[in-house]
This record gives sequence, C-alpha cells and structure tokens, in this order.
Amino acid sequence: MPNRKLIYLDNNSTTPCDPRVVQEMIPYFYEHPGNAASRNHPFGWEAEGAVDIARNRIASLINVDPKEIIFTSGATESDNLALKGVFEMYQSKGNHIITTKTEHKAVLDSCKKIETMGGEVTYLDVLPNGRIDLEVLEAAIKPNTILISIMWANNETGVIQPMKEIGDICAKHGVLFMSDATQVVGKIPVNPKEVGVHLMAFTAHKMYGPKGVGALYVSRKNPRVKVTAQIDGGGHERGMRSGTLNVPGIVGFGKAAEIAQQEMKADGERLSKLRDRLEKSLIERLEETYVNGDISNRMPHVTNMSFKHVEGEGLMMTFNQEIGVSSGSACTSASLEPSYVLVALGLGDDLAHSSIRFSLGRFTTDEEIDYAIDALVQGVNHMRDLSPIWEMYKEGIDVNAIQWAAH
Amino acid sequence: MAYSEKVLDHFKHPKNVGTLDKSKKNVGTGLVGAPECGDVMRLQIEVDEESGIIKDAKFKTFGCGSAIASSSLATEWLIGKSLEDAEAIDNMDIVEELALPPVKIHCSVLAEDAIKGAIKDYREKNGLKVD
Repeated sequence: MPNRKLIYLDNNSTTPCDPRVVQEMIPYFYEHPGNAASRNHPFGWEAEGAVDIARNRIASLINVDPKEIIFTSGATESDNLALKGVFEMYQSKGNHIITTKTEHKAVLDSCKKIETMGGEVTYLDVLPNGRIDLEVLEAAIKPNTILISIMWANNETGVIQPMKEIGDICAKHGVLFMSDATQVVGKIPVNPKEVGVHLMAFTAHKMYGPKGVGALYVSRKNPRVKVTAQIDGGGHERGMRSGTLNVPGIVGFGKAAEIAQQEMKADGERLSKLRDRLEKSLIERLEETYVNGDISNRMPHVTNMSFKHVEGEGLMMTFNQEIGVSSGSACTSASLEPSYVLVALGLGDDLAHSSIRFSLGRFTTDEEIDYAIDALVQGVNHMRDLSPIWEMYKEGIDVNAIQWAAH
Repeated sequence: MAYSEKVLDHFKHPKNVGTLDKSKKNVGTGLVGAPECGDVMRLQIEVDEESGIIKDAKFKTFGCGSAIASSSLATEWLIGKSLEDAEAIDNMDIVEELALPPVKIHCSVLAEDAIKGAIKDYREKNGLKVD
C-alpha cells in the first residue's frame, strides 16, 4: 500500500490495483489508443489483440472458453445482465427465479425490478451458518422456475455455498444456475463448468485489477445460454453487451487474472494464517467475541466478528484514522438497520450492530495485523467502558429481558 | 462521512463517564434507546436537595460516536443547572454545538430524551409533580 501509515483491511470492498497490473495498462491509454472494434487499421488490431490476450487469461483462470466471457463495467452490471437477460430471454419457459436473502444488492435489487416486470422471485432463508439448506432449495423449484441465483461466497462473511450440490439440483430440474462470484474469482480456484454454473458475474477490482471493468461468464455449450442485451448499440460482445470496450481496463483485468492464477494459492495460504491469528488473538484477549458464519466453509482472507455490547460504528471510530474495515452496523443510514446478511444468519440485532468485517489482501503484512489486533483490543475496551449494557451484563442483568423502548 | 472536531474530542475524551448510585433518593436515571436500534443511553443526575441544582451528572452510552458525544456534552451542560433549566435543553442545541449531520440527529433526540427521563425519575422518587 502506498501509505504505510494506513492499514487497509477492507479488501472485500475493493482491492488496491497491483502495480504490475498498472504497468501493463499504461500503454493502452496513449501509445495504443485503438478501439477494439476498429477492424481496418493497426490501432484497432492492436487493441483487439490486447483484448484477446486478456480474455484468454481470464478464461484460463476460471477454466472456460474465451468466447464465454462477456466484458461489462463491473459485477453489478454483470448481475443485472444475467438476471434480467435470462428473465427476458426465457420468458416462454417460465417467470420464476430463486435466490437467497443474503445476496448482494446488485442481485436483490435486480430481482425486485424483475418482480415489477411480471416475474416471481423466491428469496430463500439461509441456515445460521450462512449456507443454504439444499432441501429447502429443491422444494422451492416449481414448473415455471427458470433460474437459480446463488452467490459463490458472501461478501460480508466470506461463507462459501455448496456450489456443486446446488449445480446438481439445477441440472436435475433443468434450471439455469447463475452465481455472483465477485468475491471468489482470483482468490480461490473457481470452475463454473465443474460445479454446473451457467452464468457467473465477477469483477477486476476485487482481484487487484482496476475498477470499472467486469465480466459475465455465459455458458456456450451444454447448455447454450443466451441473455437478452440490456444495453443496445453496436452489438459488441456477441450482441450481449454493446459499448466500446474498455481496453486499458480489460488489459489490467487480464493481467490481474494471470497474476491471480500464479499467486492465489500462496496468497490464500498466507492470508488464512494471518486471518486466523487475528481471530484467535481477539477471541483470547476480548471476552464475548464471536465469529459470524460457517468457519469451515469460507474464504481464506475474511472474518466477520461481533464484539458483544459494543456498537460497530463507534468501535470503528476508535481506530478509523489508521485502519480501514467495514461494520455491519448501519448507523449512518437513515434506516438504522443493521446488516441484512447478519440478520439473515439469525444474529440478534444487538450482535449484528456489534460486528466488524476484516478482509485481508495481497498487500496485508504481519505487522499490520499485529497493530490491528492491539488497536481492536484497545477500542473494544474503550467502548465497553462506555457501554451501559456491558455494565449491566457484567452485573448479571439479562439485557435481553429488559423492555426496551424501540425508537 | 467525517466527524466534526467536537464530536471527535468528546468521543476520544468523553466527559463524566460513569455510574451514580441509583438507590440514592437524589439520583435520577434516564435509560433510553434499545440495543437492537444500535444505541442505548443512560444518563444520571445527582441533585442538591437544598438548592435543587444538579451537582453531578454521569453517562454511559452504547452507540456510535455521535451518540457518545451527544451524551457526553449533555452531562457537561447539566452540571450546575436547575431542573427547570435542564429541562429546557433542546436537541437542536446539541445538533448545533456538535455540528451533527442530518443522519445523526436521532442521537441528539436520544440525549434530550435521556435528560428528560433522568429528571422525571428524580421527581417521581421525591414525590414531586411530574408533567
């Protein structure tokens, strides 16, 4: 990280762009300015060639054919294109989509829009560990179900869904399987064909690439999937996504994919050790500290923890001049509602308000984690000294038994 | 969202944190908010029975920085005031003093409620008229 004084533990929000990625992108701003769709001169050929290399690298990372990669502006657009595009394309087969309550807003809000367009959407609950109940999923399938959309791993908790089992259920019932894989591509091995995923959304800026470029994998064989374009224009990307290709961004995305393929195993092993040290130290040094979500099926670099009777946003304020993390407490929003993902896991609102997500990344160091551990311990103790409900808890009063006046 | 200097100062160096003995007749306690809403404020006043002046005030708050700053400021303002003057503290005074943004106005409302709650509790304990 450029500024060594700041510690960045919010890599699930976005990752720094790897300097090797930036180097690869630079020539495509001025030296090679071509439009990849200009077929009649060297500028266009250069751009097209660079895009082809990137497409191959990305396809190789996820073990698919390069023709199955559609470039977009990011995972939000990819989610929109997959969901709305399938809904429109397969209307004659049905109008029912199944998803979960813990999806990213890009999926949930696309589904809400689809409901206004005549679609029917089932939002499944998840188990307390954050994974879906396969029997509940299968029981939700109806004759008019066309698509099941379930994220590969959750952004807030890092919990990984049983992808192969879901893929098998989709295949058994002849339903398309779409997955928002934003948090997993480039971090752990991902193979949509092996698990039966037909459409998969992901983005460069969560895997040390640039912001503003993403992709949608769309299966071309067994089955051949089509989506109705959501942006009309020059018919780029095999007609599924018009718009001049973001050549420098795509080049960076490709380089990020190549680096990820080589380094993700080592990165994952190193980060899971660091993450475990962070988690273990905090649990040892701070009583009433919990990890949210399934610890045996989750991403190597993420932990979501609750510090009982401490409000997350206030806690962050004790160290946020130096450390960047996220909180499941949404006290800044007008609604004052805590994370819907943590609430869906069955966490009480109090523990959801007390949560912090730490997401480590390629540039996180041992020293930074040690510093963060000390800062967290100090911060939680400061907040507990100030907390009336911590005081009550210490006096043996059952905080949950009090009749609070909700406001 | 950036916090104002005053919020940061109250947050880092909160004034009058603590607990008064609520079994004492001249101590009034206001407990407002709810854990599921993300903030709970407990504000206590100790009243000098002869003069009717608040001689001490303490708080503890579970909540965000603005909630902590609002209650810390409230205790500062309460000490030395009569109950009537304390009652007149308006949440918008707190908003102004701390430069709270619109999404944090509820923190000041909570502080006003806590002040009123503490005064009411004191009056009830002492058989005084509660309006």
